Amino acid sequence: MNTPSYSQNPAQDRGGPAQPLLVVRDLKKHFPVRGGPLEKVKKFVHAVDGVSFSVPKGKTMGIVGESGCGKSTTARLIARLMAADSGSMVFDGEGVEEFGGIRLKEFRRNLQMVFQDSFASLNPRLTITETIAYGPRVHGMPAAEAMRQAHALLARVGLAPEQFASRYPHELSGGQRQRVNIARALAFDPRLVILDEAVAALDKSVQAQVLNLLQELKAERQLTYLFISHDLHVVHYISDYVMVMYLGQVVETGPVDRIYGQAAHPYTRALLSAVPSMDPDKRTQASPLAGDPPNPINPPSGCRFRDRCPHAHPVCEAKTPGLIGIADEPSHQAACHLNDPASGHPAALTEIQP
Amino acid sequence: MSTPLVSLQDLSVQFCGSRTASALNEVNLELGAGEVLGLLGESGSGKSVTLRTLLRLHPERTTKIQGRMLVDGQDVLALKGRALDLYRGGTVSMVFQEPGLAFDPVYSIGQQITESIRAHAAIDETAARAQALQMLERVQIPQAKRRFDAYPHELSGGMRQRAMIALALACQPKLLLADEPTTALDATVQIQILLLLRELQRETGMSVIFVTHDIGAAVEVADRIAVMYGGRVVEQGPVSQIVRTPRHPYTAGLLAATVGTENRGQPLLAVPGSPPNLAALPPGCSFAPRCVHASERCRREVPPLLSLGRQALACWHPIMPLAEAA
Amino acid sequence: MSASLELSLPAAAVAAPASQPSRSYWLVVWRQLRRDPMALAAGLVLLLIIGAAVFAPWLAPADPYKASMLKRLLPIGSPGFLLGTDELGRDMLSRLMHGGRLSLLMGVVPVLAAFGIGTAIGLLAGYIGGKVNMIIMRVLDVFYAFPSVLLAVAISGALGPGMSNSLLALTLVFVPQVVRVAESVTTQVRQLDYIEAARMSGASAFSIIRVHVLGNVLGPVFVYATGLLSVSMILASGLSFLGLGVKPPEPEWGLMLNTLRSAIYVNPWIAALPGALIFVTSIAFNLLADSVRSAMDIRR
Repeated sequence: MNTPSYSQNPAQDRGGPAQPLLVVRDLKKHFPVRGGPLEKVKKFVHAVDGVSFSVPKGKTMGIVGESGCGKSTTARLIARLMAADSGSMVFDGEGVEEFGGIRLKEFRRNLQMVFQDSFASLNPRLTITETIAYGPRVHGMPAAEAMRQAHALLARVGLAPEQFASRYPHELSGGQRQRVNIARALAFDPRLVILDEAVAALDKSVQAQVLNLLQELKAERQLTYLFISHDLHVVHYISDYVMVMYLGQVVETGPVDRIYGQAAHPYTRALLSAVPSMDPDKRTQASPLAGDPPNPINPPSGCRFRDRCPHAHPVCEAKTPGLIGIADEPSHQAACHLNDPASGHPAALTEIQP
Repeated sequence: MSTPLVSLQDLSVQFCGSRTASALNEVNLELGAGEVLGLLGESGSGKSVTLRTLLRLHPERTTKIQGRMLVDGQDVLALKGRALDLYRGGTVSMVFQEPGLAFDPVYSIGQQITESIRAHAAIDETAARAQALQMLERVQIPQAKRRFDAYPHELSGGMRQRAMIALALACQPKLLLADEPTTALDATVQIQILLLLRELQRETGMSVIFVTHDIGAAVEVADRIAVMYGGRVVEQGPVSQIVRTPRHPYTAGLLAATVGTENRGQPLLAVPGSPPNLAALPPGCSFAPRCVHASERCRREVPPLLSLGRQALACWHPIMPLAEAA
Repeated sequence: MSASLELSLPAAAVAAPASQPSRSYWLVVWRQLRRDPMALAAGLVLLLIIGAAVFAPWLAPADPYKASMLKRLLPIGSPGFLLGTDELGRDMLSRLMHGGRLSLLMGVVPVLAAFGIGTAIGLLAGYIGGKVNMIIMRVLDVFYAFPSVLLAVAISGALGPGMSNSLLALTLVFVPQVVRVAESVTTQVRQLDYIEAARMSGASAFSIIRVHVLGNVLGPVFVYATGLLSVSMILASGLSFLGLGVKPPEPEWGLMLNTLRSAIYVNPWIAALPGALIFVTSIAFNLLADSVRSAMDIRR
């Protein structure tokens, strides 16, 4: 069989340091809800509804939100595991699968993903070395070299090859399996790694180990991370930029200090104050929001958060707020009429009590 | 302290199968009436097993239980038949982690709560339904009347958890066991449920054992925290003492590893290694393989649980000894 | 928080849990089987029967075709004829041994063929999904709707008697059943994260199916197929009984049951012998299949 030779990563840094590694524009994905044959009005799950953001090179972008916000779907759209309904994606200045852009298979070497369920992410019939070596072999690396690289990666993620190389996934603990998943992602020598709730299912003590490992690897290999999580503490620790999603849309985005210190969207504030207090003398006295996160089927018109927002006003139903820059920081943007003096909201730009 | 509501004395639980796993090893715990105890630990710590043992939920044939369990003056291990049925739900009740799994999908939640009420008290259907509706309103389910006839799959996660709390409290138990009730919920829903539990506990005066791996959740709800590791209680104390000045290296490690807002930019102080294998526990302290302070004695002898007032500690080389004030 | 904590350790210090050396899945299954007394007993019985059938030309005491009207229906234990003679005076033991070759062949070959064909179709349908899956499964549902016996008889009847025709008929009966199992498992496996991870590696669909899906699908399909062995044997014998399979004077257990029918009133024990062998063989297959199923179901 004629296997193509394994070349160095074809997409070296082509765009230069100022070029964002990933630019996503107006990504949309709607899933049809299957009703009966007599249903006239088709219902759609608006999983991702116009998401745009960019990720600078060598930084970590955290994506937070609750169930139904669309963060996992966004990750899968970026990873090209499913096709978007509309929207564009530019990787290091080049489109993917477009005229003059990168071919999909080559693109796969640049972008890898670590999933939440460490056990379901590994083929139970293969040893972990075989799993790690599979990817490079698909791209033409000879088997012996792929195995050697797999051993080296195992050592790097903290699993001694002499002990672990021939193990099967069921013989490892959750934290160890997640290390294998990280090694598998690194085997491609990627530039962007998407971590989809990668540490959520781990014990706290193990979680800290894996987070340390991720930080080390990022510095060593100049990686860029997209870190999806529902745990606000972890996102605050690891991210440089944060994006908050609600019902398929981006409601706020910006540098991590701004988001955590000066959140400009009522939902972000509610989310931040919903985190349990660690101080027994200052326990939470009231819940910031009532009810459950809503269903992304046929979302409300205008601002989607208006049903639960303490500052809602008729203008919120009439006009959908767009992302507006906040104060003096251009990269900090929020989609709320309260920040826009021209919106017609009576409380716009006044000091808001959370 | 007056007679505690719950008293576990040298409780050991072993699961026998192809291998024997020691899930609990001489656990000593006490809980007074009206107190909330947070049980903190990771996988394999034995926290969920403790709750299930309190309700005698383990299969009889393959489980070996030793020691004593006293709840509200009753010897739980000696209960049989009707007495055991009344105990479950009437004296002690449980809220599970997955709200969807605790309900039978083919009956409405109202029916299931009514059934539970009638199993414990001899009242007729109408009165039981009225009580069930009252419970639903008490757990702050909006439009309770309509939701009474809803099926579990028609409710959202937060609603289901509230319904499960209603089910657990329907027979006014003296002790409520909560097994990670908020772990599967979103952040904004989690805080609602935690506040609800706190409020209900204050109203009814019941005792609660709240199992979690999330320290924040424990801080919000508990008066006291007991930290478990490898099937043993390693430290116990008032919540402020545990969180501010932990004595046991594992507790300290857990707190240090908890990502907070202060450690941004620095490596986390992670506890090395993995949780222990319950089928092959080390001879001495189960935390010794991962402990930086471990000595030869730690590896040979299991440290006993010593108590002083409201605090307890099982460690040969604690960070701060029990005798010292926190 | 106490400042004297020094708990950080370099990333490389992760202790391996003390355990036995890792073994591959099939090795573990094999060891489990060896410990199961039911599996051992059934296996032994099958080994005996298959051995006798395979080595029949060398082990059989007499010529299975040699008839003698004088020696008709001699009882069991007659000198020179250990299990007696049939209605045409042929030695029963030799006929049973030779008959085993055909009966076992007709039982095993269709299942093997269906296993291969069915897994391939099921993998395809399950992996591609969507409309293609629907078309394939609905077409097969038509066959699946008929009871196996009826379908086997109908196809056999249409094709005509003869061994190869009944082999074909039986294969056609079993393929839809195997496809159903294979497709169902493939659909489940396909949704797991490691398949998504494999897709993310840029591998072709063929590579993903070969490396990741096949290994996980073969197990459950194998269990199902071993359960089909006994059914196949009985169906094959049934077809021969009805005159649709093997033709006389070939020895075959089902056929022998038919030809010995008239002898029931004269010598019932002889007439029951082929039936007893069919019974024992299919029970042994069944028990073995059960043991394989439990061995493969090992708790991780």
